[in-house]
Amino acid sequence: MHIKENAKNFHRFDAVWTPTVVVMDADDKERWRLEGYLPKDDFRTFLEMGLARVAFIKKGWADAERRYTAVIDNQPDSYYAPQAVYYRGVSRYSASHDAAELAKTGKVLTEQYPGNEWQLRSIPWLHEKSETTTG
Amino acid sequence: MSVNWIKDADEALNKAKSQNKPLLIDFSAAPA
Repeated sequence: MHIKENAKNFHRFDAVWTPTVVVMDADDKERWRLEGYLPKDDFRTFLEMGLARVAFIKKGWADAERRYTAVIDNQPDSYYAPQAVYYRGVSRYSASHDAAELAKTGKVLTEQYPGNEWQLRSIPWLHEKSETTTG
Repeated sequence: MSVNWIKDADEALNKAKSQNKPLLIDFSAAPA
C-alpha cells in the first residue's frame, strides 16, 4: 500500500513510518511488525519469524518449533536467531511441560549468544529442573 | 519472483480469513 493511494489504511494499521511491514494472522490480528529496511536475507528471516509467531500464538507448538528451528539452522548469525532459540525453547516447554527444555534453552543461549537480550531473559531458566509440570 | 499484491485491505483480510492463511501488509512511501 502506498501512502498516497491508501492514506486511511496507514492510520487504520498504525503505520507511522515507511517502510512498515506487518504480518497478520487469519483472524485479522497483528503478530509481527518491521519498520525500516533490512538486507534481503534478514528480511526473509523476519518473514519466517512472523510465520513462527503466528503458529506460536495459535499454540501450534510443533509448527512453531519447526519454524524457529529453520531460522536457527539457516541464519544462526542473524539478529533474530537468539529470539528464535528462546521461543523454540518456549514452544518445546509448552508442548511437553518439561522444565528441562527451558534449562537447555538457557544453556544454549548462554553458550552461543552471551549478553544478548534473549540470553538475559533466559537466565532464570538455567536452574530449572527436569520435571513435568501442569498448567 | 513477482508478488501479486492486493491493494484493497478488506479484500486481502477477507481472503486471508477464508483461506486461513497469514497476511503480509507492506506500507510504502517509495516512488512507484
